Amino acid sequence: MAEVQGAKRITDIGPHNYNDFLHPVIKKNYGKWKYHEILSPSHMVHVSEDGDKIHTVRVGSPRLVSSSFIKDLCDLADKYSDGYLRFTTRNNVEFLLDKEENIKPLLNELEKLNLPAGGIGNVVANIVHTQGWVHCHTAASDASGVVKSLMDELYGYYVGAQLPAKVRVAFACCLNMCGAVHCSDIAVLGIHRRPPRLIPEKITNLCEIPSTIASCPTNVIRPDTFNGKPSVKLVEEGCVFCGNCFTVCPGMPIADPLNDGVSIWVGGKVSNARSKPTFSKLAVPYLENDPPRWPKVVEAVKTILDAYKKGAHKGERVGEWIERIGWPRFFKATGFEFTKYHIDDYRLGEATLNYSAQVRQ
Amino acid sequence: MSKKHQTPLLDELKKGKWPSFVREIERAAEKSEMTDDLLGQVEQSYREKVVHWKHGGMVGVKGYGSGIVGRFSDLPEKYPGIKEFHTVRVNQTAGFFYTSDMLRKMVDIGEKHASALFNFHGSTGDIQLLGAKTSELETIFQEYTKLGFDLGGSGSALRTPSCCVGKARCEFANFDSMHMCDGITQAFQDEMHRPVFNYKFKFKFSACGNDCTASIARADLSVIGTWKDDIRIDQEAVKDYGKKFNLHQYVIDKCPTKCMSYSDEGGLKIENSNCSRCMHCINTMPKALRPGTKGGATILIGAKAPMVSGPRLSMVLVPFYDVEEDAKNDYAWFKDLISKIWEFWDEYGVSRERIGELIQRVGVGNFIESIGLEPLPEMVANPRGNPFVLYEEYVEADEEQKG
Ligand code: HEM
Ligand code: SF4
Ligand code: SF4
Ligand code: SF4
Ligand code: SF4
Repeated sequence: MAEVQGAKRITDIGPHNYNDFLHPVIKKNYGKWKYHEILSPSHMVHVSEDGDKIHTVRVGSPRLVSSSFIKDLCDLADKYSDGYLRFTTRNNVEFLLDKEENIKPLLNELEKLNLPAGGIGNVVANIVHTQGWVHCHTAASDASGVVKSLMDELYGYYVGAQLPAKVRVAFACCLNMCGAVHCSDIAVLGIHRRPPRLIPEKITNLCEIPSTIASCPTNVIRPDTFNGKPSVKLVEEGCVFCGNCFTVCPGMPIADPLNDGVSIWVGGKVSNARSKPTFSKLAVPYLENDPPRWPKVVEAVKTILDAYKKGAHKGERVGEWIERIGWPRFFKATGFEFTKYHIDDYRLGEATLNYSAQVRQ
Repeated sequence: MSKKHQTPLLDELKKGKWPSFVREIERAAEKSEMTDDLLGQVEQSYREKVVHWKHGGMVGVKGYGSGIVGRFSDLPEKYPGIKEFHTVRVNQTAGFFYTSDMLRKMVDIGEKHASALFNFHGSTGDIQLLGAKTSELETIFQEYTKLGFDLGGSGSALRTPSCCVGKARCEFANFDSMHMCDGITQAFQDEMHRPVFNYKFKFKFSACGNDCTASIARADLSVIGTWKDDIRIDQEAVKDYGKKFNLHQYVIDKCPTKCMSYSDEGGLKIENSNCSRCMHCINTMPKALRPGTKGGATILIGAKAPMVSGPRLSMVLVPFYDVEEDAKNDYAWFKDLISKIWEFWDEYGVSRERIGELIQRVGVGNFIESIGLEPLPEMVANPRGNPFVLYEEYVEADEEQKG
């Protein structure tokens, strides 16, 4: 280790305190904000009880960024927002300005740098996503590539075009779902479709057998022996391709170029407004990986957005729209096929059936 | 600089209007030589439709069990620059606020000692510096601590807590989410940096029901703002909104508890005792309506992504928590609740079992009893609909006579 002899090692100090980074107008009006107005998809203003104003200009980022990207932002912040900026939970950048006259020049310069200003209000929000082939060993698809392809297509919906309500899209490259995409208006999820391969040498040497067995949600990993040492076997028929065994045990790789791909889920939300928070539900069980631009995935997401835009009332989130028109009409409106995979047979599946004679004819 | 690898597939992702991550990897490669090989390996993944990272690998800095996630290429001969390409999780500031001065210093460390490639931010909240060699980890760690930044959580530990922007820039905030997030993060540094839990544990703080951190979907412990008293109404501003859109159609009729009414003469009336604090009306008319002044939070427990037993949302544990009062005591009540939850998890949970899964396994009733909370109707959508009740006692004849 490159430990500097004699240097005092600082530990357990936690994050730098945020107070050192707050814009003076924010410091002054902390807890005293009265209302906000969305003036455009890239600009909102918060007004305090004292009448002070802080302007926010929001910009999309690809999440995976270079030091140079951050320094570009810093230069802009120095020029227009006294050096103050923040990020959002959805990987946007927000410049915080008290000088209204700086907004236009900032927007102009963002345009020159090809940085998209937008993401506020009833638009497609920036897609939260995961590591993919760029940086994770369990990925069933690439995250950044699918997201880039989607956002190129949905660009207009980020920078301006209005939708019935905000649409939150999310991507995860395997069922671990780093980023918890399972409550999004539209979720794209990387999936495996072939049971893990067993590499007995690795399983006996590298894996803890009880935790490997316990890792399986459907209990299809069973004890076995290999060369007289503890190992596992697999009842392939019951495997749901979750990949959790591979997370625990390197001897059970599951990635498979011929069978990996993505599924698409709709109608989830986390906000409590009107209806309760809810999971996204399965719309498209499988689309193949089609790098570099995943055209079928892009098309499916566009199909959902088009149908939603056409059918939803103002203010309805995707899930609320589907709830109102019913799932049969959702499948009709999108042209997606309803298959046996859509009928839930896992833990809470029983609760999802239609126990009534309420059927739209 | 000439590119080491041909990347025809990735080059396709430099086209289009959205900022390109491929371009960003290239820009990082201009600053740090090792990153060139990342382009080569990712191109190969695009060609073969399969990952090329090895399974796991333990690395870290002295005295810490978390904060670094090991990453090794499975093609180290072909791509020596990314033979070791670990993630350094740097704990973000509460609310993700920075100044340009500090950000420049932070990314300089990544340029000098690693790949110059970052996630701003990871979904849990940390700044991720992707691509550090094992030999550089200690230096990187020390450089960040010199700037006043520490590592975040990883593995079976408390994960980096995160929060919404709250009182810093949101009029909906019912408690100081940034203050609480920072305070709790500081209080549990040991639990973050030295993994001793069964599995990961996440806190997220959202100061109203809009839940901008999605805590209800992904935090083991979700703290979501609410209020006790009445929604504040500015009747003149309500009228103004009425000129812009149909109040009945977009506000009154959409109230989930049907507790609002409106007439031109009487103005807007809200039956506050029936309002579930959903935020819809306030979101729609932010100039006219504000949450009450007696703010606090609802505490919920148990959310997680699918592994192992399926995804869960958090359920109500404490309907109203007086955050401001507890903040005066350094969140002592909250910390006490947390330690009871962690003790229960430690005693009854098994390895890799999240708290939500444990609660499901032992039953919500048993769990709340063990941590000293009362069963409350706020915890359920409705009482049970089946008669298979585990009654815990019965009386026998002679006892009955004894009375
Ligand atoms: C070893 C490969 C993995 C990589 C490279 C990876 C990467 C990441 C990253 C970068 C984050 C954001 C972290 C932060 O902001 O601090 C994250 C969060 C997350 N990870 Fe992973 N992860 C891996 C494995 C897993 C596993 C095995 C699980 C589940 C059992 C998992 C579930 C999650 C979830 C649910 C989140 C989101 C949490 C939140 O939204 O707060 N990850 N992961
Ligand atoms: S979602 Fe899966 S594949 Fe993607 S980063 Fe997380 S663990 Fe890795
Ligand atoms: S992939 Fe999932 S379901 Fe299949 S064997 Fe592994 S743990 Fe079990
Ligand atoms: S969760 Fe509520 S209080 Fe916090 S930033 Fe979002 S809207 Fe504002
Ligand atoms: S906050 Fe929600 S429940 Fe309460 S009055 Fe407004 S719309 Fe109705």
